[in-house]
Amino acid sequence: MNDHVATAHDPIDRDHGLALYHQMVRIRRFEEKCAELYSAGTIRGFLHLYIGEEAVAAGAMAALAPGDAVVATYREHGHALARGIAAGPLMAEMFGKREGCSRGRGGSMHVFDRATRFYGGNAIVGGGLPMAVGLALADRMRQRATVTACFFGDGAAAEGEFHESLNLAALWKLPVLFLCENNLYAMGTRLDRAQSQIDLTIKAQAYAVRAEAVDGMDVLAVEKATRQAADLVRRGDGPAFLEFRTYRYRAHSMFDAELYRDKAEVELWKTRDPVEMLEGRMRRWSLATDADLAAIAAAVGTEIADAVRFADAGSWEPVSDLTLDVVAAAPAIPPAPALAGARS
Amino acid sequence: MIRTTYRDAIRAALREALLGDPRVFLMGEDVGAYGGSYAVSKGLLDEFGPERIRDTPLSESAFVGAGIGAAIGGMKPIVEVMTVNFSLLALDQIVNNAATLRHMSGGQCNVPLVIRMATGAGRQLAAQHAHSLEGWYAHIPGLRIVTPAIIEDARGMLPTALASPDPVLIFEHQTLYNMEGEIDERAGAVDLDRAAVRRPGTDVSLITYGGTLGRTLAAAEALAREGVQAEVVDLRVLRPLDTATIVASVRKTRRAVVVDEGWRSGSLSAEISARLHESLFYELDAPVARVCSAEVPIPYPKHLEDAAVPQAASIAAAARALAGVHA
Repeated sequence: MNDHVATAHDPIDRDHGLALYHQMVRIRRFEEKCAELYSAGTIRGFLHLYIGEEAVAAGAMAALAPGDAVVATYREHGHALARGIAAGPLMAEMFGKREGCSRGRGGSMHVFDRATRFYGGNAIVGGGLPMAVGLALADRMRQRATVTACFFGDGAAAEGEFHESLNLAALWKLPVLFLCENNLYAMGTRLDRAQSQIDLTIKAQAYAVRAEAVDGMDVLAVEKATRQAADLVRRGDGPAFLEFRTYRYRAHSMFDAELYRDKAEVELWKTRDPVEMLEGRMRRWSLATDADLAAIAAAVGTEIADAVRFADAGSWEPVSDLTLDVVAAAPAIPPAPALAGARS
Repeated sequence: MIRTTYRDAIRAALREALLGDPRVFLMGEDVGAYGGSYAVSKGLLDEFGPERIRDTPLSESAFVGAGIGAAIGGMKPIVEVMTVNFSLLALDQIVNNAATLRHMSGGQCNVPLVIRMATGAGRQLAAQHAHSLEGWYAHIPGLRIVTPAIIEDARGMLPTALASPDPVLIFEHQTLYNMEGEIDERAGAVDLDRAAVRRPGTDVSLITYGGTLGRTLAAAEALAREGVQAEVVDLRVLRPLDTATIVASVRKTRRAVVVDEGWRSGSLSAEISARLHESLFYELDAPVARVCSAEVPIPYPKHLEDAAVPQAASIAAAARALAGVHA
């Protein structure tokens, strides 16, 4: 399944390797805590866990610049953390508390953070792609040298919005980085049961978009491919498409009985676990010691405990604010401009 | 005063917006080289160039969604959708993104987007180009829905819509583009929150909007010849509804006919009727009447299309049927 997939084996900087490892562990522990809190009834609604796919968010975000924009899906906790949204407001959002990054209104599926240009958290499969095209259009028209990174799954490649958006971005040479997380299942429907062409890079190439498949379990490969693609996109060569071949270990959401796949398949993918693979390399390359990894584990444990405390201590938005921020007040009539044509 | 048309008034508003704010741009199907399917944007490509007058592929969801993204990204996009029927291909973007993002993001991501589209019957375009679905959009919290029915509003609603921090959908009835009239040469921005009384009267309120305003005014003239003074209220804004103006009119006349080119079932006319009954139950002299489109897909032949949508005669007949209107 991973033939012709880009991999990276270049030795890396110790601090950078440890930072990637830290990021992935952080995402995994955060989500394990979320699963626990879901079982306890503290987190409600839908909860889609990313466990197994951490290399994609950690590697891709490491390759983006601070001014870049991000559009993600309903399985976006990892992206939010890796993008720089603090664990406290993210956990508070899961709880539905006012201190959450979306004021508690969105919950797990709708994480927003204007400060890091994190534009959701979209729970309509494919629904974020047109928006990403528009964000890239605005940045280009405003002459900003930014990239809009748009994450979506293999399921989105079956939606019309995927095809319309790739075409439009390519046609207008917009700086969009289309980042497909192919975890092989659209909810419970395996890719080859839903799509006639299962090599998703071919779909992107059909729209004249540069496309590459990448081992999505290898954080170094993800980062390298994303950095290369982002450089091309940033310099104005139009969009790029990366297909990260990855796997979700957990159910689609907490309601999923997983009738559609064998446990053996899950176990097979776990033998290529992104966290363990990086740990193994770091040890082989003598870039990490037991003490390093223990320190990271301890820091992550503290961070997540603090995040849960922050969320617990948060407040409920008063019901009197229910209709706040649906729309602003009626727009004021703008002052009369100079007569049309006066400035032409 | 200057003589102009509804179409030219919209073009003047577009041009003013493009000249006045570098963030403003227009995109949609055939808005550039073709000049707009209703010729509204004719000449703008030559004047403003392809960066700001953007012809799009036939991808309603992508270009409406791109408008949403560009609005969040700091631009002031005006997206033209050829007709309301085609806008259904972008319904996901309008309803699931444009309308929700501000609230769902806790106030972080408002969407200052303007979407213009043609609506309505009357040009024998049959059942996929002639429906009036603006009432559907008026159902959605997070959107502002406006329906310019006169040239001043065609000229003045766009600048105010562009000043709105939230998405505004402008529905232009396709029979109005050729409407001629005189407006003040300095006519400019108008409010987007009030209904307007277009003809004062004392005996019955005829409440309408958009393409049926002209037919409703004609019905009022016919009624006047019979001694019935009808007040004509132009809703102008379908969301949020200006309930105060509607209720004030009907409190005075005690009778109301709601004229809506949308279908009757589950409709905007039902909403208005309900609000009138909620507010004025004991003051009404007759139940609120409605003149809506027949519950059929709009047919092609002229005689059937005419029969399917509200006409001056059917509006006047509905008013005459109200208890006591001739007293």
